[in-house]
Amino acid sequence: MSGNDDIAHIEEELPLQDLPLDTWHRAKGARMVGFAGYHMPIQYEGIMAEHSWTREHAGLFDVSHMGQISFSGEGVDEALEHLLPSDIKGLQPFRQRYSMLLDEEGGILDDLMVSRPGDGAFDGAAIYMVVNGATKYDDMGWMIEHLPDEVVMNHMDEQALLALQGPEAGEALASLIPETADLLFMQSGPFTWRGVSLWISRSGYTGEDGFEISVPAEDVVLLADALCALPQVKPIGLGARDSLRLEAGLPLYGHDLTPAVSTIGADLGFAIQKRRREEGGFIGHVRVMKELADGPAARRVGLKIEGRLPAREGATIYAGASQVGEVTSGGFAPTVGAPIAMGWVSLPHAAVDTALEIEVRGKRIAATVAPMPFVPHRYRRKA
Amino acid sequence: MSRYFTDEHEWIDVEGEIATVGITDYAQEQLGDIVFVELPAEGTNFEKGDDAAVVESVKAASDVYAPISGEVVESNSALEDEPALVNSDAEEDGWFFKLRIADASELEGLMTEAAYKKFVAAL
Repeated sequence: MSGNDDIAHIEEELPLQDLPLDTWHRAKGARMVGFAGYHMPIQYEGIMAEHSWTREHAGLFDVSHMGQISFSGEGVDEALEHLLPSDIKGLQPFRQRYSMLLDEEGGILDDLMVSRPGDGAFDGAAIYMVVNGATKYDDMGWMIEHLPDEVVMNHMDEQALLALQGPEAGEALASLIPETADLLFMQSGPFTWRGVSLWISRSGYTGEDGFEISVPAEDVVLLADALCALPQVKPIGLGARDSLRLEAGLPLYGHDLTPAVSTIGADLGFAIQKRRREEGGFIGHVRVMKELADGPAARRVGLKIEGRLPAREGATIYAGASQVGEVTSGGFAPTVGAPIAMGWVSLPHAAVDTALEIEVRGKRIAATVAPMPFVPHRYRRKA
Repeated sequence: MSRYFTDEHEWIDVEGEIATVGITDYAQEQLGDIVFVELPAEGTNFEKGDDAAVVESVKAASDVYAPISGEVVESNSALEDEPALVNSDAEEDGWFFKLRIADASELEGLMTEAAYKKFVAAL
């Protein structure tokens, strides 16, 4: 028997580093794999059980491998509007936005969250950003190259990052920090717990209500223990994080998003607010404008798959005899109870309900372009 | 009946000229939740080491090799409806396929249960 774990990009050439919760994960029985340069927990009791627990209760994810970066100095907003296609000037204090780094050709270098701490909160940072773990050093190199000297960028590598996700995440966190109950989706703020300064946003990447909590690395064990002592909370591995985000229709960088693809085709146009579309002035604007006017050549779509055989990343997609696309993420969806996939298909075949075929080990399986998310989002928005 | 094990984590029960093949409890534990098993068609002839089946967990697909040469005489149709049988009962009801043994001498190189246990403990 042989297998290759498609989430575990084992980088054997570089020694893997330990995250602040490494010992904690192992003590909880996690199976550890190499991912983004770190030993990471892929699962504890099993992906299906952890996935379901998160959908029904609250799951605690260690996402400390992700890059936390702060920006300050003269002209930060203008400088970041050159780098990001999103409206940074209009970003209000304590608000967060999904955005991305684009290259000169409009290809996606990374997707990220950007927020404005406000009032000198969170070490006085003017802007706080969370980027993907596997790309964080490349991102920082790219940003240093394109930022003026007046803007100071700080890699906050002394901070750990936890994500608490699921329908009971709100009541769980409020039992430790009652003030967090007032946060709405994509709002953030400074909080204190047992004297520890936390930066908490109501966001995440599972489609569920939940939070991302930036905590000093030296205090993360204490916080993780306190959260997992709550009846609603269990630690959850990267395996379930991936199946949850796939069901939520959320793209994964390095898989569904790469430098070869663009914002509009990726269906991420919502991250480029009206003023930025019209005014431009960001790296990659030419391609965004062209695709807004002419439509992209291909689109990121959801795929419902007939039967039980999963179609995974790299499987080719056909309309009749012609290849019209490729699966970029796929697997068994525990909440849906069937295999699902995300992929890129050429524009004429990208409409919802289009019947396609996916080739898996030489066999064609029937698939249909499906609306996303596969499982409805349950973000806590204003009533 | 004798049971043999391979270093690729298959078990083989031999009864007369028929061998029943499955993956070990250790293997299913490593794979995690199994959601699909692709089994060989009856009448397929395998050489030892051929790709014989594919087992799909939530995250990944893994090949299962033919541990010995032979002709497939039956596949476990119960796995089509309930692939999780491999998780719950890997070494009995979760068997994969039965082979008519082509060359019984190939069994000689395989491990006993005690040897396999030692092998796994060292992994």
